[in-house]
Amino acid sequence: MTELSKSGAAVGEPTDASPAPTAFLEVRDLKVHFPTDDGLVKSVDGLSFALEKGKTLGIVGESGSGKSVTSLGIMGLHTAGQYGKRKAQISGEIWLDGTELLSADPDHVRKLRGRQMAMIFQDPLSALHPYYTIGAQIVEAYRIHHNVDKKTAKRRAVEMLDRVGIPQPDKRIDSYPHEFSGGMRQRAMIAMSLVNNPELLIADEPTTALDVTVQAQILDLIRDLQKEFGSAVIVITHDLGVVAELADDILVMYGGRCVERGPAEDVFYEPRHPYTWGLLGSMPRLDREQQERLVPVKGSPPSLINIPSGCAFNPRCPYADVPKDNVTRTVRPELTEVGSRHWAACHLSAEQRETIWINEIAPKL
Amino acid sequence: MLAYLIRRLFAAAVMLVVIVMVVFGIFFLVPKWAGVDIASSFVGKQADPAAVDAVRQKLGLSDPIYSQVWQFFKGIFAGRTYSGGGDVTHCAAPCFGYSFRSEQAVWPVLTDRFPVTLGLALGAAVLWLVFGVAAGVLSALKRGTIWDRGAMVVALAGVSLPIYFTGLLSLAIFAFGLKWIDAQYVPLSQSVGGWFGGMILPWITLAFLYAAMYARITRATMLEILGEDYIRTARAKGLTEPVVIGKHAMRSTMTPILTMLGMDLGALIGGAILTESTFNLPGLGRAVLDAIRNQDLPIILGVTLITSLAVLLANLVVDILYAVIDPRVRLS
Amino acid sequence: MTTQRTPGRRKKAFAAAAAVAALLTTAACGGGSDDNSGSKTGAAGFDAANNKVAQADLVKKGGTLKFGGAQDADSWDTTRGYYGFMWDFARYYSRQLVTGKAEPGKAGAELTPDLATGLAKVTDGGKTYTYTLRDGITWEDGKPITSKDVKYGIERVWAQDVLSGGPTYLKDFLDPNGEYKGPYKDTTKDKLGLKAITTPDDKTVVFHLPKPNSDFQEVLGLVSASPVRQDMDTKSKYGLKPFSSGPYKFQSYSPGKSLTLVRNTNWKQSSDPVRKAYPDKITVQFFSDANQLDQRLLNGDLDLDINQTGMSPQGRTTALKEHKANLDNPVSGYIRYATFPQSVAPFNNVECRKAVILGADHVSLQTARGGPVAGGDIGTNMLPPSVPGAEGQKYDPYKISGTNKNGNVAEAKAALKACGKPNGFSTTIAVRNNKPVEVATAQSLQASLKKIGINAQIDQFDGSQTTGIIGSPSNVKKKGYGIIIMGWGPDFPTVQGFGLPLWDSKYIAQSGNNNFALINDKTIDGLFNTYVTTLDEAGKTKISTEINHKIMEGAYYLPFTFEKFINWRSDNLANVYTTDNYSGTYDFVNLGLKNPKK
Repeated sequence: MTELSKSGAAVGEPTDASPAPTAFLEVRDLKVHFPTDDGLVKSVDGLSFALEKGKTLGIVGESGSGKSVTSLGIMGLHTAGQYGKRKAQISGEIWLDGTELLSADPDHVRKLRGRQMAMIFQDPLSALHPYYTIGAQIVEAYRIHHNVDKKTAKRRAVEMLDRVGIPQPDKRIDSYPHEFSGGMRQRAMIAMSLVNNPELLIADEPTTALDVTVQAQILDLIRDLQKEFGSAVIVITHDLGVVAELADDILVMYGGRCVERGPAEDVFYEPRHPYTWGLLGSMPRLDREQQERLVPVKGSPPSLINIPSGCAFNPRCPYADVPKDNVTRTVRPELTEVGSRHWAACHLSAEQRETIWINEIAPKL
Repeated sequence: MLAYLIRRLFAAAVMLVVIVMVVFGIFFLVPKWAGVDIASSFVGKQADPAAVDAVRQKLGLSDPIYSQVWQFFKGIFAGRTYSGGGDVTHCAAPCFGYSFRSEQAVWPVLTDRFPVTLGLALGAAVLWLVFGVAAGVLSALKRGTIWDRGAMVVALAGVSLPIYFTGLLSLAIFAFGLKWIDAQYVPLSQSVGGWFGGMILPWITLAFLYAAMYARITRATMLEILGEDYIRTARAKGLTEPVVIGKHAMRSTMTPILTMLGMDLGALIGGAILTESTFNLPGLGRAVLDAIRNQDLPIILGVTLITSLAVLLANLVVDILYAVIDPRVRLS
Repeated sequence: MTTQRTPGRRKKAFAAAAAVAALLTTAACGGGSDDNSGSKTGAAGFDAANNKVAQADLVKKGGTLKFGGAQDADSWDTTRGYYGFMWDFARYYSRQLVTGKAEPGKAGAELTPDLATGLAKVTDGGKTYTYTLRDGITWEDGKPITSKDVKYGIERVWAQDVLSGGPTYLKDFLDPNGEYKGPYKDTTKDKLGLKAITTPDDKTVVFHLPKPNSDFQEVLGLVSASPVRQDMDTKSKYGLKPFSSGPYKFQSYSPGKSLTLVRNTNWKQSSDPVRKAYPDKITVQFFSDANQLDQRLLNGDLDLDINQTGMSPQGRTTALKEHKANLDNPVSGYIRYATFPQSVAPFNNVECRKAVILGADHVSLQTARGGPVAGGDIGTNMLPPSVPGAEGQKYDPYKISGTNKNGNVAEAKAALKACGKPNGFSTTIAVRNNKPVEVATAQSLQASLKKIGINAQIDQFDGSQTTGIIGSPSNVKKKGYGIIIMGWGPDFPTVQGFGLPLWDSKYIAQSGNNNFALINDKTIDGLFNTYVTTLDEAGKTKISTEINHKIMEGAYYLPFTFEKFINWRSDNLANVYTTDNYSGTYDFVNLGLKNPKK
């Protein structure tokens, strides 16, 4: 450790043995555990990934897989507003633009929230305060981070509403959330998130609450805005279809862990994990004539308190018995590189996966 | 909005007429069923039947009830003239009649007593709002801790203990034991300090009961609101915690509390009887208590009417307030 | 209307409240070592003002005399008030031709001239009473009080249709046939049409009785005989602000809340031989809860209870324990009793009535009334000790306070046998539901009657409706009320003022009846007739005793107690004494303060 300067500031100096990452966002071995009466809920249990500016990462998984918990963890929203005795236990590292957030002063993280990193939530009706106008909420978001008067902030809000495609923004700015349609509300939500030009935008199931035609519009909007602002974007969804259009990289989560991660192309066309296969099988495809019913992944998501030993997916995996010695039930598979920047955590050998993919999975998709 | 107001006010007026008729009904029919004569309680020990009859005439008790109800309302809007035994009195509008017992006009009694009750209710409301809501918020934010448990135990005590218990206890300790305060009612117009000294114990006693209820409601509501998505949104914007709680969460928490406050204030104006008699405050509650003991119909009617009006108005104000607070509610 | 949210807990809560009240009464008191030892600053001692004057020499002029009360007067109009304390208090702002002496005990009940220069000149065989008014007597505006004002004030008694509530003896004595219709319906120009009173000049008042009544002057001593000036008569509203002829006048009055009297500067001490008027100001504060009142008394915030009906049980207990020197224990003049309507069988039979009297446990009844101090001595006959002719416990025909004090089962059974009900019978005890003490006596009686085979049900009726329920003989018969529990005190201390409405057959009424036993005895009626025409005191006293004996021999009543009260007087009160004129209460009009600045 180097000497501290006289002023006592050691800005930018990592206090840890591991060096500061070069990526814009890097998550290392993130764990988010919640103590409950029934036991410790391991919502996220050792997750690592990196994301560059201008890129989009899609985090995919069923509900309960830990994807939303991850995003809230990055935003620092597990610790902010934690009241009472039971607090979330968070470990690991989250590096955002050279700053480690978990060990940083909470107030510093708060100042980053909304400004450097912003979030779009799943259900804009419940995520917007029902008693304040859209305008007031956007103005508030802007003024926390910018020392401007209300008038300027309002002008900025109108501009943002216009940008996200809300007609007559100067009039609609005084409307309440319940006076907007679902799509409009999500546009307003996006406007609010982007009002401070955040460098990291996390969209948590941004289209789930919307109907299909509106979904596409919103996704287009996010893509356009990303191009315009050059932000890093994390899209969290259970729907691979959503990320197919948006993401550069895809991270598949299962039981609080990453089971497959890689460039979107690779994950879509050469998936290397049986769970990803299942997800792909359950995805409606617009580019193909639907002949069979969607095949959902059989079984239900694992308990996060008693995560199955070995591979967490083994109870639902049709190929659990393919590897020898019952290894899927005893040894936890690590992420291994299965291609260029492509990792998967599975006991199946590369050949076995190749064979199964080509012979059994791909033809059905 | 205007149409809504007019409709509500009309409904309130109808309600008041019904209330007056019910009071008349109870006052006259119940003694009739019990076989007793109201007039006979207004004469001396050895009054002859003629005197009882004369009293009956004078008090108008021999008229049919519908005519008495009509005369009562006529008096309020147009005034009325009382005459009997050579004694003619004109009572100008708003005429609520004269007390059967003391013969004083009812209207000045109401205007004299109303400020006492209003002062009691408002002062207590300020206290219980401040302390109840603060305790509730604190409890919610510190849920599960010793603070939360302690506050809720105190709240439970406040809700369960009756006014005459806490009231007498506070009197015993602060007024008669420690002699910190005199605890006697002094009109505000006479001495501000004296008024305050006389009202502080009643306020605290009454506020204790309500603060307890408000603390519990605030805690429950706050906990529910804190789980709302828009609170998470507020934090995601980078708002400081005091703003998240004080502005975003409180705004929603206050909605049910203000509704309750309106109702409680309305009810208190009509019914702080226990507090008023425990602390000997000359308010409407004591007036009606004495009037019921004395079978003093005009006072009973006057107080009932005023307090019903207060409750109805409070309801109306709450409805309007509700629409103001919650933009999703529109009056139509 | 009430917002009490815990109706189910009420009973428990009342118990809790009682506990707190007990705690609070003890907590409020420092110590009370000054028992029975009067001092200049402290209390005069236990019973120091009972039938004697306490601390007369310590009185100083000025200050505010502070009354408290759990009940406002029925009316402050001199014509309309009937409560004993109202008559006592009314002497502050009203004067009469004659009034009770400003002396303690029995002497207080003797009449002395007030507005008049002397007692009545009685002529015409007791049918004409003549009074001459004093010089210097004035109204609160300084104008002189004239004989016409006296006449007008008395005439108001006739206007019962407007001025209901007060005693009507004057009307009964002067105009028994009700020929006069009252001043408000009076067609004569000066509204002084009552023929029975003449005013030959401004200073002379002459009363012409159609037939003599030896208690007439007693009746003139009641406040209902006060003068009222016609131009100041606000009729039914007069009680809100009576026009003063006494040393004090109304400054403000808010019924049920407070009353303040200030000096009437036009009243002259020289014109008034009775009233001393020590304090400058008199205030009355009303409480809706008697415990609150007692608390204020104990705390020294108030000087005395205007109602003078004794302290509430909690306050009394504390006061007896810690402030005994502040208490007096006078005889109230009331007798508490049970009476037997003869219309309800088998109480038409004197032996059955005797059986109840003999079988009752008199000590238990006394205990139910509050014991010897708070309740009073065991009552043995029906004449209050304050009434001339009374013999107190010396006259005890049923050995109630003697050998039979715990009930005599054998004699009671013998009486039942004589009555033809050797195995007893069933009956109903009627008792007011708003008097817990009376309910307790009913239960005591019920228990002792069971021992002699009388099976009594208790019926608690609405206590505010006595006139219509037990005051209606037909209702009593219908409900089968064989035993009625009541109490009675004298309006003025004579056998007529106490017993006439209870015992004379003329007073049996279909509504508002007070002759509950329905006594219709020619001998008794005759004794009352003789009494009213007997003008000498000795003769009156003898007849009074005789009437009492007749009542007891008829076994119409089972007396419980010669009632006593525990009344509070503050450390600061001086010149305090009880007077038989107002049933053993303090004589308000001459109370003074030791320290006017307190």
